[in-house]
Amino acid sequence: MALLEARGVDIVYRPPLGPPILAVRDVSLSVDTGEFVGLVGESGCGKSTLGYALTRMLRPPAHQTGGRVMFDGHDVTDLRGEALRRLRRRGLGLVLQSGMNALNPVRQIGKHFGDVMAGDGSSRRGERQDRMRSLLEQVGLDASVLARYPHELSGGMRQRVAIALVLSLEPRLIVFDEPTTALDVLVQAAVMDTIRSLQRATGFSALMISHDLGLVANATDRIVVMYAGRIVEDRAARTVVTEARHPYTRALLGCYGDPRADSVELRGIPGAPPDLSRQAAGCAYAPRCGLAQERCWQEEPALRRVGEAWVSCHRAEEPEAAPTAEAGPAPGAATVRG
Amino acid sequence: MSAGRSLEVRDVAKAFRARGSRGVSVQALRGVSLRVEPGEAVGLVGASGSGKTTLALLVLAAQRPSRGSIFFGETRVERLRGRALRAYRRDVQYVFQDPYAALNPLHTVAYALARPLANLRGLPDRDLPQEAAALLERVGLGPAEQFLPKLPHQLSGGQRQRVVIARALASRPKLLVADEPVSMLDVSLRAEILALLKDLQTSEGLSMLYITHDLLSARVATSRLVVLERGLVVEEGPTVHVLQHPQHPYTRRLIDAVPKLTSGGDVDGVSGGQRAAPGGRTEGGEEPGAGGAGA
Repeated sequence: MALLEARGVDIVYRPPLGPPILAVRDVSLSVDTGEFVGLVGESGCGKSTLGYALTRMLRPPAHQTGGRVMFDGHDVTDLRGEALRRLRRRGLGLVLQSGMNALNPVRQIGKHFGDVMAGDGSSRRGERQDRMRSLLEQVGLDASVLARYPHELSGGMRQRVAIALVLSLEPRLIVFDEPTTALDVLVQAAVMDTIRSLQRATGFSALMISHDLGLVANATDRIVVMYAGRIVEDRAARTVVTEARHPYTRALLGCYGDPRADSVELRGIPGAPPDLSRQAAGCAYAPRCGLAQERCWQEEPALRRVGEAWVSCHRAEEPEAAPTAEAGPAPGAATVRG
Repeated sequence: MSAGRSLEVRDVAKAFRARGSRGVSVQALRGVSLRVEPGEAVGLVGASGSGKTTLALLVLAAQRPSRGSIFFGETRVERLRGRALRAYRRDVQYVFQDPYAALNPLHTVAYALARPLANLRGLPDRDLPQEAAALLERVGLGPAEQFLPKLPHQLSGGQRQRVVIARALASRPKLLVADEPVSMLDVSLRAEILALLKDLQTSEGLSMLYITHDLLSARVATSRLVVLERGLVVEEGPTVHVLQHPQHPYTRRLIDAVPKLTSGGDVDGVSGGQRAAPGGRTEGGEEPGAGGAGA
């Protein structure tokens, strides 16, 4: 059963100057109990905005103008105040990109735990101390960090603290927004390992937002690809490499390679995501797509069932769109070989 | 083009003293030697704290080594002062990691390019617009008239990084030091920036010291790799050879950490091998006790 379910969500940014920006359009997304979902796309495709809507963190100038968000069967779209706090205490956690910004620079780590646990209201001091130790141990830190200030910790350690803080409330769902983007590769790999083993062991559901398809494809059960505020593909992570059907997903895959291979060819995606303050006819990806036809410029494709997955492309069933077809890079795509 | 000069770093060490003179000093580099031949692209790879950026600062003459010396052709870099230092800075230029922070948000592209053209090349004002336009065309931002009046926020991330590269080219350098030039950009832009750097390197005979922790980008951008760990070179050799036959465990860890897309979506790269957590522990083994599902 879906633990989190968004139906037909629309989100608009209304900046003080300039036209409104349609950041998310008609997005439906569900995360099942115990499922680990990756939400990917380039900057500006609406993935973080959607993540904020799902965790009820949207603030003006962003407004949810349509759709509902259900958590555990309850409509949480209009929750405010104490009811919203209760939802956060009892189910829904968020880990942000930068562990530094999520922590108060003038408070020791132990105080952060104290704040979160005090909201809980139940436990005694001794129990809390034991609990903090056990939480830190789960994320690979020892209790000495409790006495330290955020600036005394490395980026990876801060991100581990942020994860331990979220775990302290025993969330049923955690949304991770680019949790390793600010970290270097070795620390990134270690933090991803920690998240994944915790998720398997404790069984929380997770939605991981990332611009890095390579990173999340390896860690998650399901991949949801967003482009220009809409979902363009939704499929099991293990089939992404072999069966991705949307040209955008396949273009993202072309941006990766194995550095050990005999020959490596990295491709880019020409152009940039569209300006979402203007609504153009047709498929939003058409201007960058190597397979675009007449119809793609006129008619926006709906997200529909293609095999086991959901894909929004007019040509998804055609042989040219098959992952095995060598359609070649889209016109104007940069290629670099090594 | 004049005969190129090689960069030679000889047994360089650099210690930084913590603030307050009694503080402990940090050994960022502990005796590093490397060479970049004229027209060659060398990758300097390592994780955070390995000393990559410290070495870049020494090569750029922004810091002086505590020991050892740096030669650019016949020039002793660490001894440069005044006019000679200015001349050196014409020859060796820097491409920044973060194109959002490297450009003044209040200055147009035309201004950002005009300053080094006037200050380092000594061009008169009347020649600046034309030279700035030529620089933009060289980095693939054309037509130039469209980009010259723009402010950084009006450009995409990839366009900004092209402007940063154009600015580095303004003084007609012989050596580019590129410090993680693609790590802040979307993966979809990685190929185009790397292709541009590679093209400049081959077509203009530029030498490049390419600094990164991302071995995939190092693979396509460089022909030789130098692997740095905690201020020491632990491995070096031709890029493909080092990646296919890594000898040092640290190099292997860096290779394992590159997210690889294998068919079947198998867990390769993220959970492969053992990794030490920042606290020195090994990852992944702990059995989380508390926190069962269902609050």
